[in-house]
Amino acid sequence: MTIVDEGAAQDAGRVDLSPTVSDEVKFTTCYMCACRCGIKVHLRDGELRYIEGNRNHPVNRGVLCAKGSAGIMQHHSPARLSQPLLRVGERGSGEFKAIGWDEAMDLATSWLDPIRKEDPRKLAFFTGRDQSQALTGWWASQFGTPNHAAHGGFCSVNMAAAGLYSIGGSFWEFGEPDWDHCRYFMMFGVAEDHDSNPIKTGLANLKERGAKYVAVNPVRTGYAAIADEWLAVTPGSDGLLVLALVHELLRAGKVDLDYLARYTNAPWLVIEDPGADDDGLFARDGDGHPLCWDSSQNAAVNAMDSGISPSLKDRVTLPDGRAAVPVFHLLAERYLDGQYGPDAVADQTGISAATIRRIAGELAHAAFAEEVVLDVPWTDWAGRRHEQMIGRPVAIHAMRGISAHANGFQTCRALHLLQMLLGSIDVPGGFRFKAPFPKPAPPGLRPAGKPGDVVPGQPLGGPPLGFPQGPEDLLVEANGAPCRIDHAFSWEAPMSAHGMMHTVIANAWRGDPYPIDTLFMYMANMAWNSSMNTTDAMTMLTDKDPDSGEYKIPHIIYSDAFFSETVAYADLILPDTTYLERWDCISMLDRPISSADGPADAIRQPVLTPNRDVRPFQDVLLDLGARLGLPGLVDETGAARYPGGYPDYIANHERSPGVGSLAGWRGTDGGSHGKGEANPDQLARYVENECFWRDELAPGQRYFKHANKDYLEYAVKMGFIGAAEPVVLQLYTEALQRFRLAARGVGEQQPPQQHRKRIERFFDPLPIWYPPSAVDGTAAEDYPLHAISQRPAAMYHSWGSQNAWLRQIHTANRLYISERVAREQDIEDDGWAYLESRHGRIKAQVRVMAGVNDHTVWTWNAIGKRSGAWNLAADAPEAEKGFLLNHLIEDLLPPNQHGERLANADPITGQAAWFDLRVRITKAPVGVKASEPAFTALPLPPGLAPRPAILRYGARFASKKSKGGNT
Amino acid sequence: MTSLPKEAPLKRLGLVIDLDTCVGCHACAVSCKEWNTTGYHAPLPDSDPYGKDVDGVWLNRVHGYETDPELGGRTVYFPRSCLHCEDAPCVTVCPTGASYKRTEDGIVLVDQDICIGCKLCSWACPYGAREFDTDGGVMKKCTLCIDRIYNENLEEVDRQPACVSACPTKARHFGDFNDPASAVSQLTAERGGVELMPELGLKPTNRYLPPRPGATMGDGASLQDAPGADDGFLSWIDRVLSR
Amino acid sequence: MQPAYSVIFLTTATGAGYGLLALLGILRAMGGLPDDRAFGLFGLGLAMALISAGLLASAAHLGRPERAWRAFSQWRSSWLSREGVLAVVGYGPAALFAFAWLVLQRNDGLWPLAGLAATVLSIATVYSTAMIYRSLAAIPRWHHPLVTPVYLVLALATGALWLNVVLIPFVDGHALSQAICLAAVAAAWLLKIAYWRAIDGATGQSSAATAIGLGHLGSVRPLDPHHVRDNYLLKEMGFAIARKHAARLRRLTHLTAFLVPLVLVLLQTVTSGPLSLAAASLAAVSVSFGVVIERWLFFAEAQHKVMLYYGAETI
Repeated sequence: MTIVDEGAAQDAGRVDLSPTVSDEVKFTTCYMCACRCGIKVHLRDGELRYIEGNRNHPVNRGVLCAKGSAGIMQHHSPARLSQPLLRVGERGSGEFKAIGWDEAMDLATSWLDPIRKEDPRKLAFFTGRDQSQALTGWWASQFGTPNHAAHGGFCSVNMAAAGLYSIGGSFWEFGEPDWDHCRYFMMFGVAEDHDSNPIKTGLANLKERGAKYVAVNPVRTGYAAIADEWLAVTPGSDGLLVLALVHELLRAGKVDLDYLARYTNAPWLVIEDPGADDDGLFARDGDGHPLCWDSSQNAAVNAMDSGISPSLKDRVTLPDGRAAVPVFHLLAERYLDGQYGPDAVADQTGISAATIRRIAGELAHAAFAEEVVLDVPWTDWAGRRHEQMIGRPVAIHAMRGISAHANGFQTCRALHLLQMLLGSIDVPGGFRFKAPFPKPAPPGLRPAGKPGDVVPGQPLGGPPLGFPQGPEDLLVEANGAPCRIDHAFSWEAPMSAHGMMHTVIANAWRGDPYPIDTLFMYMANMAWNSSMNTTDAMTMLTDKDPDSGEYKIPHIIYSDAFFSETVAYADLILPDTTYLERWDCISMLDRPISSADGPADAIRQPVLTPNRDVRPFQDVLLDLGARLGLPGLVDETGAARYPGGYPDYIANHERSPGVGSLAGWRGTDGGSHGKGEANPDQLARYVENECFWRDELAPGQRYFKHANKDYLEYAVKMGFIGAAEPVVLQLYTEALQRFRLAARGVGEQQPPQQHRKRIERFFDPLPIWYPPSAVDGTAAEDYPLHAISQRPAAMYHSWGSQNAWLRQIHTANRLYISERVAREQDIEDDGWAYLESRHGRIKAQVRVMAGVNDHTVWTWNAIGKRSGAWNLAADAPEAEKGFLLNHLIEDLLPPNQHGERLANADPITGQAAWFDLRVRITKAPVGVKASEPAFTALPLPPGLAPRPAILRYGARFASKKSKGGNT
Repeated sequence: MTSLPKEAPLKRLGLVIDLDTCVGCHACAVSCKEWNTTGYHAPLPDSDPYGKDVDGVWLNRVHGYETDPELGGRTVYFPRSCLHCEDAPCVTVCPTGASYKRTEDGIVLVDQDICIGCKLCSWACPYGAREFDTDGGVMKKCTLCIDRIYNENLEEVDRQPACVSACPTKARHFGDFNDPASAVSQLTAERGGVELMPELGLKPTNRYLPPRPGATMGDGASLQDAPGADDGFLSWIDRVLSR
Repeated sequence: MQPAYSVIFLTTATGAGYGLLALLGILRAMGGLPDDRAFGLFGLGLAMALISAGLLASAAHLGRPERAWRAFSQWRSSWLSREGVLAVVGYGPAALFAFAWLVLQRNDGLWPLAGLAATVLSIATVYSTAMIYRSLAAIPRWHHPLVTPVYLVLALATGALWLNVVLIPFVDGHALSQAICLAAVAAAWLLKIAYWRAIDGATGQSSAATAIGLGHLGSVRPLDPHHVRDNYLLKEMGFAIARKHAARLRRLTHLTAFLVPLVLVLLQTVTSGPLSLAAASLAAVSVSFGVVIERWLFFAEAQHKVMLYYGAETI
């Protein structure tokens, strides 16, 4: 019988206060979402002991979210694939046999080689959540196929493209609010999968400093929960809300005229000559410079000159006698019209007119009465020195919530318009660019893939993605038909800068515009949550040609680390490693981890060696390219140019002279940053530096980057931009007008008749708002509710259910409905409901909540899983209770009057219009409490570890002193 | 000894949790799970981890709530873990002395070697701070990262609870409530940190900071028309601009 | 609270056993019981069997039963520890009591003190058991002044009813025993009614809002739990019983724990022989059944304050 003494003696020796933490520490970059935080991985006896944020890392500075902290379980998931697989049963049956890598690579080569030699377009190569687009896009060009994109087209291209065309940068990973100086922050539809840790830290900073934070979101969760004010906007109407704010500011004259005159195309003269070929384009001088009206000289001058006095108002007569008007005058005429007044938009937006007026007042107050002045001298593009940096401290951030709509491009442009009117772009307290941005607006890169660009056996001659400026840049045949399998850069979606991955399966199945041979996908769960109209996607992947008996898509190669739903639909599986087992680069050529105060990039290094027969996908891609003899991937002798695989490529590949994947420690001595010769030792330098590189801008370079001489010269030196010229922010996007002119019958490249009305209506060079139903034709009376989804903080797309810890948080998802809808339909909390769209019907379990727009229902994204997938039990709640909204969403709209089925997408960029979904809801009768639709359970492919009945991770680390009770 | 310490502990270590900045991301809960399953409480098992009845032992849980719409209505995220009470009933009910409160710093711990798994301590805790490891037959709870805060194998800046280091919104703070200059003391004083269920008299050490009243901007008035609105379109643009 | 069958069996069996032992001790000391060795054997045997079976069952409830011996160390602060110590210590006087009665066949001099000591320790042990529950502020329906009296009087009543049965072969119509039965059952019934009335009428002192420290924000409703499936807290503390179901079980308790035993003992007083034996036996069986239901309800109707975090409004 033990009697423990009282007093301090009781504490002594009972607990080991300094137990061993780890015997090895390695730094790398997290890959649980797209934030790319730096992590410190503790190992003990070669096993993962603890993953924490790296406090020296510029992105997260030591913090780490739930996903990053669950990396151990991501790595140890029994859903990991362990060897290449070859399909032996019917596609979709999930029957595979394990094969070796040699056989797998030979097979892949045997499929792709004839394609390359006959018609490279027959390879459709699309990637999903990966972060190696600099490599994959280049590889596709080397192969010669234009049929490549990553997933931006159905993720957030509207937001990216609107920004890049308007301000030479964008939200997302290319810009951030000035967290330290902002006084007023508006966040539109931002979820927690991009830049999430910096945003969280930044929000805490705002709250501490008493800055006001307004969340514009139909749902009040996550970030919106801590907002000082929540505006429950109706989905798809944000653009109208923004333009009403613009209306108010213009009415009150609360716009930053100086900023507009100096940094934007507000003074540029727009030709007003209806019927002329250049009606609505900028008036230009003989050298192609845009013109503006100098109010001192009372004449038209080169708008790019310094020392001029540009006028923002009044119509003028050009030297050629025609009428022209400054952009600002045009936009004022438009937005001062009553249709943009707060009273006119209140119903549509769900925000009261009084609130809109007050918010406009607050924006004006923050911008003009709470200027931020930094005593930091800087030099502008014309060489003039300014003693202070003065900013209007209003910051705005936006993401998929405004992007995933058929009006998302124009909505995001409206946001940038608001920012420009307030003079808040790249100023203290405002929105700030992150290197390598700003870049010229509009961007200069054009997509390759026109007829003639595709030559069998030859590289494409340019990148597969780019930024069309007019009809001449489109990838269309002479008759206006699309050149690409996803119809990107065609008249259906002329400015589809990120491609349209979501249309590939349907188009390939239909053979529209032509059949393909091989669909090659990486990390894209197209047979489940990464498709709209999931059920049909699954059918199309397994559909056969009735005459030949062959699959309509003959070959499908898929690479992933885990057994996702799409695995069952592939013919050849190339298993990837987990993020802790690979080299990787987070590149300036793709989406780096820069902050507004300086560029940064990073790598991943292998922390563990794979214990199964898997290979990093990038190694596989380079190997495949070498086997195919792709020019960039083999040397003069035909041997692999990068025999060391991806790390070899990262360090030694130069995209252009001196510019490679990583900017740090270039040059043979590792002493150059930005540009420099390839340094074979580069990765070792990164590893020494905790796997990241950063450079810090001098104080005088940090703001007004678009017009800051010191910054622009720095950007040239670093290889971000070609010339140290200012980036003029574009209120008026001329490219849109060029497409419109073509629709009116101007020029050689004109849209087919059936596209003319659309282009006329939607391609307005100034931001407009139209209801999504103008594109998809849904009748609000039939489907009165909006249905949207959000990414949860603790899961990233479908990548969380195979994680034993994260799945406990989101084992199943609910359909969240407002109290009003619950009352009207007599649906109780925990009850079941049918949700019906024009396209389909699902059944789901309900949660009633107060913090949601009255007319909106929503759920967490991608929680619902197919039974058996991800090596979960067949009756896992993810399958039986979880559900996807995807089944309700059309990938193609119903046939229009021309009998065509256009994509359910933004007409300008082709962005998949996920959040335009309209539904109606009814109470489901008491019955089987399971979600619908349900699908047959997928069998496990060979090589997956069996599911344990209990996990005791860490038991081996229990100290001898305290055996943890489990011995 | 499951008698509470006769003298007040020298230090009163605990947490301050800020409900104004918690966005419910679960970083604290998962980093706690991760640290402790390989640390003091190794392992924190998960039974049926990939099946229907998945049930894991966690020492920190984050709930989401909505408050009364009539009184403004908010969504509040609420992390819940041991509050290391001064009058901890979980300590006095323990028959073996496995559950004890340290005299040095007030941290309440479970000694894994002598716990008999009677579960009475978890019945005694109104906050649900203790979770039973059915597989191991012993009780587990927040240790205030006793194996980190004094750990000489860690750099000083890392000697914080895992949840505090991980939290991206700085919603968690650690320190000595007996030290008026500590962050936890100052935050409690400045922001009016509250005890949970004070009516029970358990004198919990941790404090929760209530959401701040919303920040404002300006005086809430609508904008007036620009001056000279009757003098013609955009007449308020009345000066020469320069580029 | 999740009714744990081992704990229910523990408290009802030991309650009856200690009640019986306590009565044997004091009544023999007063000279009010037959001196027969056989009677002593049956009585003490039954009492010790009930006590021992209950204590063994409680060990089965433990996560680490092999460490059960550690539970005796914290008697200075823990009622559970005290219960254990008292239970073990109580075997001493009980053994002496049995030795004097069954071996020495003596009840003179100081020997009655052994029985009295057994009585005192029995009462103390049951008291400790009750205090384990009574002391838990986190469970208001246990943290009630009537809990301890109910435990004690029910132990007395169940013990008395078994004593009543065991007496029958030895004494025809033991008036004192019958009187004790009637008084104890009636008292227990009144206490139980008072208890149920008290808990039914009580308003919860804690609300979901005070649980999360935001009383000023009004009512609080769960939006997203931390975990979708049940965890330990919900499995152990989240058991809830529908009011209609509870009402049915209360009626059953009223019937089997109180009314039927009262009636049967009254019947016993006016009969003899086999009928009397039958009435007494049925009374004991009925109360044993009833007290199990009572104890089950004691758990099932108990609400733990942690449920304020999981949707309860006030507790």
